[in-house]
Amino acid sequence: MRQLRQFLVLAALLTAAPLLAGHLALAQEARAQEVQGVPKVQQLGKDTPSSTDSVGIYREPGPNSPANPDDVLLYQPPTGKVTGRVSIPDEKLSVIVQPEGRLWREFRTVWLRYGIAIAVGGMAVALALFFLIRGTIRIEGGRTGLTVPRFNGFERFAHWTTAVSFIVMALTGLVVTFGRSLLIPLMGHSAHTVLAEASKVLHNFFSVPFVIGLFLIFVLWLRDNIPEKADWIWIKELGGLLSKGGSHPETGRFNAGQKIVFWSVVLGGALLALSGYLLIMPFFITGIGGMQIMHVIHGVLGGLMIAAILAHIYIGTIGMEGAFDAMGKGDVDENWAKEHHLGWYEQVTGRRVPRNHGTRVHPAE
Amino acid sequence: MARMKFLCDSERCIECNACVTACKNEHEVPWGMNRRRVITLHDGVPGERSISMSCMHCNDPPCAAVCPVDCFYQTADGVVLHSKELCIGCGYCFYACPFGAPQFPKTTNFGGRGKMDKCTFCAAGPIEDVTPAEYQSYGSNRLAEGKLPLCSEMCSTRSLMAGDGDVLADIYRERVLRRGYGSGAWGWTTAYGDRDQGDAFAPGAGTGAT
Repeated sequence: MRQLRQFLVLAALLTAAPLLAGHLALAQEARAQEVQGVPKVQQLGKDTPSSTDSVGIYREPGPNSPANPDDVLLYQPPTGKVTGRVSIPDEKLSVIVQPEGRLWREFRTVWLRYGIAIAVGGMAVALALFFLIRGTIRIEGGRTGLTVPRFNGFERFAHWTTAVSFIVMALTGLVVTFGRSLLIPLMGHSAHTVLAEASKVLHNFFSVPFVIGLFLIFVLWLRDNIPEKADWIWIKELGGLLSKGGSHPETGRFNAGQKIVFWSVVLGGALLALSGYLLIMPFFITGIGGMQIMHVIHGVLGGLMIAAILAHIYIGTIGMEGAFDAMGKGDVDENWAKEHHLGWYEQVTGRRVPRNHGTRVHPAE
Repeated sequence: MARMKFLCDSERCIECNACVTACKNEHEVPWGMNRRRVITLHDGVPGERSISMSCMHCNDPPCAAVCPVDCFYQTADGVVLHSKELCIGCGYCFYACPFGAPQFPKTTNFGGRGKMDKCTFCAAGPIEDVTPAEYQSYGSNRLAEGKLPLCSEMCSTRSLMAGDGDVLADIYRERVLRRGYGSGAWGWTTAYGDRDQGDAFAPGAGTGAT
């Protein structure tokens, strides 16, 4: 158990490193201010000619003593983080002032909302524009009616377990993030609290199937998602996304675009799960500062993942003819397989297809 | 209208914890939660000071700004309160609060949070004043009875004061003037900034809803 905790701490630290650096810088600045602040208290004692030997305990009026009420310092210059000692058995209450909260407030109320709105909204607009310009990518040879098995039942189970939990968590996360500004004006405070509380519970609960699905996906598809040299060609040509004609880079079971989706989901999902579980269990490993960092990681990654998955959903449904069959029925049309995953098609069927340089390449599904 | 504030004179606090005990007893604050606590700086070395700290009822409260369900409000007296009927126990206010004031009951084995609880300036919450239901949720409502917060009423050295901020400031200025030293009112810069009066607001003030 202890080792697990240590491992989790290490993992959390590694993932949080860049943000932690910023946070630490702030804390350091705060400490520096605190050090500056300390002599302030004692300085007044030092001013006293009779008590130079006993710093600050027995103090008497000195030359710097205020002469009238307006000289009295009511508002201290802003201090950084100030920590002392408490006699009650709750160590976290020994912090008097934590200025990092202000930075986190700024993140939570401004940056996060605008960031997610721009990332997700921008992606939605980009996809809509792309759909208007490019339309659905058709199977060039038309449907043959003959199919090739692509994903078996277990693979589809793993995919949809992850997918459904992700969608539930994405929507409930958006409720908690945007509900106050978008939903309260529509539904009022009481109804919104019911929704937000349900969102919180669902968000926590669906993390379990999400992690299970994520693990299955990782184990099932890791072998087919190892990056190869051929992926570079696909990336350079953007998978033929923009060109109507062109060469056809050989793709195996998954093309580079799909591999990117795979790794973003696996790595992003794992980080989301880790940061999320640390937030579910307050003070288990992280203190307030740690939870602020975890929340930043969770929020930023969540927004990016929603944007990425939006594109994934688009190309798997209305964006490309025949693509949904792969995760829907599990079998894909022969022509779709030939056009999009020629290498994989030959491998599965054992047939050799003559190379036709007129064929287009296609993006990830 | 008076602007209610706390002022802790750290030159007077003797860390007796009477304020902490009085608060816990008056409001029957559950085990493991503290609306108020005494923090000692430079413990055991020259220059030791103790400060009694709780919710400072800020102008522009960070807790209210980050609350996803908009459950906070500020009374005309400047007291920052919240509705436990709206609170969902997310913990955001605790991340944002500079003073660590919000407290959460543990409701699951994983330490999951129940509805937030914090110092009410002995003014309880948004439901009907001085009722058993109000006491159950928010503790006693001394302000409605014309009394000041018990923590400061209990303070034996008159270190912790509660009441109209202008009056407290005058008392503190006179003290410092007479004794010739003082280190400023703890937390005032953070809580009240350069404004002495906060703006009262209700849930929904920022969203246009009621």
